[in-house]
Amino acid sequence: MSKDLSDVIGRVLPAPEHFLSPEKLEQARKARRRFMGTALAMGAGVAASAGAATRAMAAEGEDAILKLPEHSTGLGQSVVTDGYGKPSKWEANLQRRQSPGLTRVNQASVSFTPLQGLFGIITPSGLHFERHHQGWWDIDPSKHRLMVNGLVKRQRVFTMDDLMRLPSVSRIHFIECGANSATEWGNVAVPTVQYTHGMVSCSEFTGVLLSTLLEMCGVDKKAAKYVLAEGADGSSMTRTIDIERAMDDCIVAWAMNGEMLRPENGYPLRLVVPGVQGVSWVKYLRRIEVGDQKYAAKDEAVHYIDHMPDGTHRQYTGIQETKSVITTPSGSQTLLDKGYYNVTGLAWSGRGTIKRVDVSVDGGRNWRTARIEGPVLPKALTRFNIDWVWDGKPAILQSRAIDSTGYVQPKINQLRAVRGTRSVYHQNAIQSWLVSENGEVSNVQVY
Amino acid sequence: MNTPVAFSLRVNASPLKGAKPAPRQSRLRGFLGSRGIASLALALLGSVSAPSFAQDKPWSNMGRDATPAEVKAWDIDVRPDFKGLPAGAGSVSLGETVWEGKCASCHGTFGESNEVFTPLIGGTTKDDIKTGRVKGLEEGKSIVPQKTTIMKVATVSTLFDYINRAMPWNAPKTLKTDEVYGVLAYLLSLAEVVPADFTLSDKNIAEVQKRMPNRNGMVFHEPLWKANGKGDVKNVACMKNCAVDPVVHSSLPAFARDAHGNIAEQNRIIGPVRGADTTRPAPQGPVGSAPAPKAVVVAAAAPAGGDVKGLLATNACTACHGVKNKIVGPGFNEIAAKHKGRADLEAYLAGKIKTGGSGVWGSVPMPPQDQLNEADARTIAQWIAAGAR
Repeated sequence: MSKDLSDVIGRVLPAPEHFLSPEKLEQARKARRRFMGTALAMGAGVAASAGAATRAMAAEGEDAILKLPEHSTGLGQSVVTDGYGKPSKWEANLQRRQSPGLTRVNQASVSFTPLQGLFGIITPSGLHFERHHQGWWDIDPSKHRLMVNGLVKRQRVFTMDDLMRLPSVSRIHFIECGANSATEWGNVAVPTVQYTHGMVSCSEFTGVLLSTLLEMCGVDKKAAKYVLAEGADGSSMTRTIDIERAMDDCIVAWAMNGEMLRPENGYPLRLVVPGVQGVSWVKYLRRIEVGDQKYAAKDEAVHYIDHMPDGTHRQYTGIQETKSVITTPSGSQTLLDKGYYNVTGLAWSGRGTIKRVDVSVDGGRNWRTARIEGPVLPKALTRFNIDWVWDGKPAILQSRAIDSTGYVQPKINQLRAVRGTRSVYHQNAIQSWLVSENGEVSNVQVY
Repeated sequence: MNTPVAFSLRVNASPLKGAKPAPRQSRLRGFLGSRGIASLALALLGSVSAPSFAQDKPWSNMGRDATPAEVKAWDIDVRPDFKGLPAGAGSVSLGETVWEGKCASCHGTFGESNEVFTPLIGGTTKDDIKTGRVKGLEEGKSIVPQKTTIMKVATVSTLFDYINRAMPWNAPKTLKTDEVYGVLAYLLSLAEVVPADFTLSDKNIAEVQKRMPNRNGMVFHEPLWKANGKGDVKNVACMKNCAVDPVVHSSLPAFARDAHGNIAEQNRIIGPVRGADTTRPAPQGPVGSAPAPKAVVVAAAAPAGGDVKGLLATNACTACHGVKNKIVGPGFNEIAAKHKGRADLEAYLAGKIKTGGSGVWGSVPMPPQDQLNEADARTIAQWIAAGAR
C-alpha cells in the first residue's frame, strides 16, 4: 500500500473499511466522490443523446419500448410504504357502487361488486358487496360474545378467544343477496353486470362449524327443529334456519380470504349458510337460539318472500338456485375490434356444484358448452370461458348453467310463467347481452 | 353432497373423533419420523406431557354457561305463537304520542310515507280483514303506491318483534315495552285492524292476530327451503335450433344511458374491452370507426367534510337531511341559508339537534338526538352554521 489511493480508484480492491486508518479512509472517500461526479456527468450526456436518438427513430418502434420509462431508470418505492397494501392506482375504476334508483337512505342500502372487472372465483374482500339494514359497525372483538340458548342442555356464552380455539374449517362459498337481479323481473332496468348481478361474492370463509357449537351445548336432537340466528347491531337481524342445515355445513365464521372479516361484512363474527340467500348469513352474530317453530322475523315475513300471481307470498324460500352470467363482454362495455374474444363468466348453485355451462352468441338458438376453469366447488362461484370470434355483426350473448342436480337455469319468461311479474326476489334467469355493430354491449331481454 | 365434485375443500367436521389412544412410544415415533431419534424422544418424555388426543372432542368445555340474566337480556325474539312476548300493554293514544315524536319523521304521520322507507300502512280493506287475504296482492290488481307492510305481513308477532328490536331506526331497542305495544296498537288502528280506543296487550294480542288482513296469505313451499328440494321452474338444455322469439323484449331507453354515471369510469383501462363513454351518445358507425373511449381512471372521491360526514352518517342525520336537498327535513345548507347572520346560530342549532322540534320547516317533527354528546352536536352545528360545505 505505498501508492496514493486516489490513483487506484476504479480497480477492484478490498473494501477499504476493513484495513485503512481513519485518515486513509477519508482520503479514499474523497477520491471516490470525485470519480462519481465524473461518471454522473457522463451519464447525463448519454441520456440526452439517447432521447434525441429515440425521437429520430420513432418509425422503428414504439416509444413504450424504445424510450425507457422512469420506472426502468429510477429508484422505486421502499418496502412497507403501505403497511396494508392497496390495489394499483390504475385500478381505481373498479369500486363497489350504489345503484342510484335503489338507495333512499345510506345506512339501509346496498353496494354492488364490480363483476365486470374480476377474475377467477374469489371476490377481493374490499369489493365484496354490502347490504346493511341499519348501518355497519366496527365492533371491538374483545367485547363481542356469542350466546347459544333455547333447546340445549347448556346455554353457553363464547368469547372470540373461545371460538378461535375451536377446530376450524376453511371453505369457499358464494354469498348472494336474495334480491340480486331483482331490478330485471319486469324489464331491463340497469346497464351493467355490476348492477344486474353484483350482489354476489365468493370468499374462503374460516370458522367453526355451527354443528360443533350446537353439539358442545347439547342440542336437543329430538325437539330441535330450527335455529334462530341473531345479529348484535341495531337491526339485530334474525333469520330462521332449519336444524338439518344448521347441523350440516353452516359455519360460524371469523375470517374471510385469509384475514379477519371486514367490518362491512360482519367483523368479528358472521354466520355462513352455504347456498342460502345472504340475509341468512347474519352479520355481527351474537346469538343462536334453538327452537321447535319458525320465527317469522321481519326479513322472512315481509321481505325475502316470493309474491306469486294468486296474491299469496311464498315464505322461507331461501335457496339461491342455479344461475350464471357472462361478465366479459357485458353491459355497457365496448369491444375494441372484431376478432377473437375469450367470453368469460360466473356460474353458481345453492344446491351443489356446477356441472355444465352452455353459451349462445345468437340469442339462445344455438349453444356451445363452455370450458369450466377449475376449481369446481359446492355452493361456490365457478368460472367459465369460451372462445368466440366476433364478425362485427349484432350478436346476443347468453350463458345457461346446469347444476349437479340436473336443474337447468331458466329463461325469464319461464320464471314469470310460474312466479308472475311482481316478485322481487330469487330472479335467476338467463341474462342476455346484445353486442351491437358499433361494439357496444347492452342489457336486453330475449327469450 | 352425493354428486360428483371435481375438487372439494370439505373437511371432516371433527377430525379427532374416535381417535384411539396409541401407545406412547409408537406415537412419539410417528411425530419424530421413522428414524427414531431415541435420545430426543427420551428428552421429550422427561419434559413434556404426552399429547392427549385420546379424549373425544377435547374442546367440549370451551365457553361458559350463560347466566339467566344474560339470556333474558338478549333473548328478545317473539315467535308467531307469542313465545317470548313480554307482558305489557299500550293504548292507541300512547302509541300516537310516541309515533309523533320518534317514528313519523321517517314513516309519515299515518304510516303512509313512501319517502324514506316503503309505506307501512295502506292497501288493505275491511273485507281483507274478514278473509285474511289481501285482495290487492292478486295479479292484475293495482297496488297504490306500492306494497305496504300491512298488506304483506301475516303475523302480528313479526311487527312486535321488529319494532322492539330495531326501532326507532336511529336508536333501536330504546322503546319501553308498553311503548312498543302502543306503537303497534297505533299502526293497527291506522289499518282499522283495531279501533281507535284500543289498548293492545299480551292478553289480547292473539285475538288481534285473527284480524290481520293477510294472515292467510303466506304459503310454505318446502322445495325452495330445503337444500335437496327441486326447483319450481323448468328449462331444458336445448343445444341446436332452439325455439326463440326473435324480438328484443326489453332494453334500456337512450335517455337512461348515463343514469348510472359514466360507465367508462367503472371499467378497467386495459384488457379486451372498455367501459362505454355514456356521457356521449352511442357511436353510429361499425366498431373501429370511432376512437375507443378515452381511458380515464377516476379514484373514488374521499368523503368531504371529514369527521362531520362521519357523524352525520353514524347518527342517521343523512337519512332525513341531504346536504343540498330536502329529504324529510331541510337540506343542511338550506338551514344555513335560512339562519344566515344569526349570532347564536351554533348554540341554537346544537340545541335543536339535541332536543328536536317541529314548526320551523313544516309539521313533520324531528326526533330529539339524545344519543349525541354535546361535543358532537356542536361539531355538526358548527359545520351547518359555516354553510354545510
